[in-house]
Amino acid sequence: MPSTWWLKRKSYFMFMVRELTCLFVGGYALFLLILVSQLNDADGFAALLKNPLVIVLQVIALPMVLYHTVTWLNLTPKVLVIWRGESRVSPVLIAAAHYLAWLVVSVIILWIVSMYR
Amino acid sequence: MAKSNEPIWWSLFSAGGVVAAFFFPITIIITAIVCSADWISAAGLQKLAGHSLARLYLFVLISLPLFHWAHRFRYIGMDLGLKSLSGILPVVCYGAALLGTGLAVFFLVWA
Amino acid sequence: MAASEPTPSDKTVVLEVFRYRPEEEEEPTFQRYEVPYFEDWVVLDALNHIKDEIDGTLSFRWSCRMGVCGSCGMMVNGDPKLTCAAFLRDYHPATIRVEPLNYFPVVRDLVINMEDFLEKMTEVKAWLVPKEEKPVSEGEYRQTPAELAKYKQFSMCINCMLCYSACPVYGQNQSFLGPAAIALAQRYNLDSRDGATEERADVIFSHEGIWECTFVGDCTRVCPKNVDPAGAIQQAKVSATEDWYRSVLVPWGKRNVKST
Repeated sequence: MPSTWWLKRKSYFMFMVRELTCLFVGGYALFLLILVSQLNDADGFAALLKNPLVIVLQVIALPMVLYHTVTWLNLTPKVLVIWRGESRVSPVLIAAAHYLAWLVVSVIILWIVSMYR
Repeated sequence: MAKSNEPIWWSLFSAGGVVAAFFFPITIIITAIVCSADWISAAGLQKLAGHSLARLYLFVLISLPLFHWAHRFRYIGMDLGLKSLSGILPVVCYGAALLGTGLAVFFLVWA
Repeated sequence: MAASEPTPSDKTVVLEVFRYRPEEEEEPTFQRYEVPYFEDWVVLDALNHIKDEIDGTLSFRWSCRMGVCGSCGMMVNGDPKLTCAAFLRDYHPATIRVEPLNYFPVVRDLVINMEDFLEKMTEVKAWLVPKEEKPVSEGEYRQTPAELAKYKQFSMCINCMLCYSACPVYGQNQSFLGPAAIALAQRYNLDSRDGATEERADVIFSHEGIWECTFVGDCTRVCPKNVDPAGAIQQAKVSATEDWYRSVLVPWGKRNVKST
């Protein structure tokens, strides 16, 4: 089977795109690691955050990371199977609950950060 | 056939996936857009990052997503049919994640 | 071979069919047939027309012609389908390419060797192993509707193997247990009457079991009975992980795999 099998069909291609988001997840984790290495250095910390290349890379990473989030949350009903009597809790409800949690968590973090401006 | 030890990597991958899914978008927005638009100063963010709870947050956001990347990247290698790398790839990937985790501990706890 | 190239009209459609006759040729070939086009015909109808009226040498499997036996699975324009459920009207007037199911050895024409799948069903013990044997005199093994609901979806599998032909992991490595075998294992693991979950665990929790799966999800996309084998596999991964942590953190504990 050729290693380009994933180009042959849309469902395969979207699968590979989803998998490749891990590069951006790993990349941002690496950026955070470099950032915290500058925790005690005010100039280094600020320089890293203001670096134009760093900003551009993050702007590119953001939609890819959002795609990771969306594909991940959409798949939660496949893993989280909850039974109420003879029927399953609706998969849509399970995914929706996760989206809500994502929204709440994001707002809380933004609020905490805003206290340090 | 015997039960595999894969669960350790899969659970780290899953945990990392959850952490990245919930926390990365807003954190990227903060470090990329918010800081450069001067809505928050780099100094302010640095002060926040120094707090012990923030250090824990940062550790979780570095370590677990690194394991997420490692596991997924290893399997991309397999999906692309790179059979010859099937022995070395897990070592390189999980090794890198462990190294990153170690460095994160060093920077956040020791330094 | 046809004397002239068939051209489709509103009343006909052309099928390009994979031919392989091991006693006649080393390599497979394709043969084009022009068949009548009807709004309500499926690819299986066209194949049966070819066999009855045009070329009796064409070999293929089929039985119920209504999507419950799982016999007539083939690749239609590169997509695994039950030919009794693939309507000509969804392809006409374009040529329809019919090939044997991907990733299985071809015996002849559109007939594949399904030994690998049958062996896997045996390996995972795809049958009921009662928790406690009891004689007929003691009555039936009883089950509530709620208990039935837990495994019902996975019991809809008709063993058509379309999921294997859709799975790129199986395509690269036929030692992978595959979607249907794992979904069937889950069907019995989740059955309240069954007691072989731990036995099956040694098979499905192995490297060739669930852990080869990268959740491409195409198996679920092509399944004609909405079994959702991808979902079954992910649930099995959760079970396997719980089992593994229990064995590591509580090694003296009773080994009793829970099937979620």
